[in-house]
Amino acid sequence: MKKLASILTATLALGVTATASAGTLEDVKKRGTLSCGVSTGLAGFSQKDEKGNWSGMDVDVCRAVAAAVLGDASKISYKPLTAKERFTALQSGEVDVLSRNTTWTHTRDTSLGLNFAGVNYYDGQGFMVSKELGVKSALELDGAAVCIQAGTTTELNLADYFRANNMKYTAVTFDTSDQTRAGFESGRCDVLTSDQSQLYAIRIGLKKPSAAVVLPEVISKEPLGPVVRQGDDAWFNVVKWSLAAMVEAEYLGVTSANAATLLKSGSPEQQRLLGVTGDSGEKMGLSKDWAKNIVMQVGNYGEVFERNVGMSSPLQIARGLNAQWNKGGILYSNPIR
Amino acid sequence: MSGAKRPQPQSSSAPAFYNNPHVRAVFYQILLVCTLGYLFFVIIANTLANMEARGIKTGFDFLTTTAGFDILMSLIPYDATGTYLDTFFVGLLNTILVSIIGIILATLLGFVMGVAHFSRNWLVSRLAVAYVETFRNIPLLLQIFFWYFAVLAALPSARNSLNLADAFFLNVRGLYLPAPVEEAGATLFYIAIAVAIAAIIWFRRYAKKRQDDEGVQLPVWRISLAILVALPLLASLFGGAPFSFEYPELRGFNFRGGITVIPELMALALALTVYTGAFIAEAVRAGIQAVPHGQTEAARSIGLKESKIMKLIVVPQAMRVIVPLLNSEYQSLVKNSTLATAIGYPDLFTVFVGTSLNQTGQAIEIVFMTLAVYFAVNMTISLLMNIFNRKVSLVERK
Repeated sequence: MKKLASILTATLALGVTATASAGTLEDVKKRGTLSCGVSTGLAGFSQKDEKGNWSGMDVDVCRAVAAAVLGDASKISYKPLTAKERFTALQSGEVDVLSRNTTWTHTRDTSLGLNFAGVNYYDGQGFMVSKELGVKSALELDGAAVCIQAGTTTELNLADYFRANNMKYTAVTFDTSDQTRAGFESGRCDVLTSDQSQLYAIRIGLKKPSAAVVLPEVISKEPLGPVVRQGDDAWFNVVKWSLAAMVEAEYLGVTSANAATLLKSGSPEQQRLLGVTGDSGEKMGLSKDWAKNIVMQVGNYGEVFERNVGMSSPLQIARGLNAQWNKGGILYSNPIR
Repeated sequence: MSGAKRPQPQSSSAPAFYNNPHVRAVFYQILLVCTLGYLFFVIIANTLANMEARGIKTGFDFLTTTAGFDILMSLIPYDATGTYLDTFFVGLLNTILVSIIGIILATLLGFVMGVAHFSRNWLVSRLAVAYVETFRNIPLLLQIFFWYFAVLAALPSARNSLNLADAFFLNVRGLYLPAPVEEAGATLFYIAIAVAIAAIIWFRRYAKKRQDDEGVQLPVWRISLAILVALPLLASLFGGAPFSFEYPELRGFNFRGGITVIPELMALALALTVYTGAFIAEAVRAGIQAVPHGQTEAARSIGLKESKIMKLIVVPQAMRVIVPLLNSEYQSLVKNSTLATAIGYPDLFTVFVGTSLNQTGQAIEIVFMTLAVYFAVNMTISLLMNIFNRKVSLVERK
């Protein structure tokens, strides 16, 4: 009887306490590491080298958040997630932030209990085919077998595009980017479709990159960005403004190289960003120098882009839409003041 | 015996109801059910509250909305305009298909290998042992990868397919077969097959009766086969060809027309067959070894042929041991089929728990439905196997 009573009490307690949980910001500070969901491996966005170090555009968002919250961009435990696993991992609290080339869509923003904290890469869906097929346009792909990654917006756009153009196709879906590439390489499918950025990343991973061409059509808008759980506004603010700080730093001309000197000699805007003046950090529950830590340890958006996917990287992607709004792109950070 | 009864020791009053073992038993069981019920209630209420707090939509409304993605293979008509409920059925049927193929082939392979273990031919029996030891000890996932990425992916491209008589093609995209198309004679053909089956059933009864009454053994197998071939053949002679064939043809990128067996299905079915077959072979070996050797010796002493000894004496007794083991192997096979997701075969797990869950985010509902399906499928297998088990179990004299 005593045992039974204790079980009952335990259950009652469970019923009362399980709904209450501390904020993610406090959790991360207490834990001392940020848990960040990334892809299972995608050149330029999140990939692991032989030593186990992660790098890429998406990884740098994680590092920026860790730098802002913990003052150290390296205090991160990375969780590689497939497209199928990512939302459940975030919803269930397995990761604090999901930074994994995820398209910001209405359904995901409104019905999954998630919030998109901004866009760190403006992308669009394209096609890659083997050169020997002699295909010049996506409209010649009627009847083709197409390799896709399962559970992505890509899968839905593809169906829309082929239906709108009265073409048929066979969908061959794989779990990870690597399996998709292997399927394309073995000839299981004629076409590989994905976001343009991923196509270039997958292409350089092929045994013979020159044997594949990316077709000119871009069939969708794919704004990719970091995601957090809905209902935790303090944490949402931290991630949102960490991303914004990188963009703003580039706009203001603050780089990892000149940030230290700008602390004394910078313009009022630059000094406000770096925490010399103002209290932008305190308002979010962070230290005064949160943005300085981001720029010093991770770099501004332009540096991050060049290093991972830009002309100085193997991917050699042009800035395009991802240039600052005053340089022909659509990148625009709300003012930090 | 005298009619007088010994006086029973009488207690002063009837035992208190709470000392009655029946009342106690019922009381504790009710208590347990209530506790469990409360526990489930708390879990569900908690989940719903938490999900609502986080703004996650709940309910089964999503099942009627358009899925918007295509599926590699479906046994029912499906395209991107189908609903999520359709994707559920597409996945379910694909799971059932690969399970049935796997169960049938694994049983055949397992029986052959299990019996081969006892072969007097040294090479054959060692081969059976080697097969069992190899495939039982390699993880299934690796075997699936082996068949898919190592064996099937090494096949030639669509343009350089392996070609048999311009009707069968094998390439990296799958196996292409001619598809039968019904013609005028088809109805008569089907009737002929039905008649042939009925005739065979009747003939077997007749043959058994002849043997019981007169001891005459008719060549049952040969005559059955003759009926099965002759009647439909006659039907197509008189009614015209029952089928024409639609041959696969290379048009554009791929073969079109005919029947396509996708490599994902081949790889998964192969891996499940070979893996489960090894376990079934062991079950068969155990069953045969459980039959006392005296039975075989007794059968030999009355002059039965070796093949008849197997068929009439050993296997029926071995079945009592084999069937319960088969039951659990079949259930494992169905559950193992979820590894399909590793190579993109569109089974229930891949399509519904994978893609549909990810597109809708309705994790709780979708996982719940899928759990229910696997539970139901395996309970059905268990039920059928238990009925079968009762048939083969030893009938003892009462």
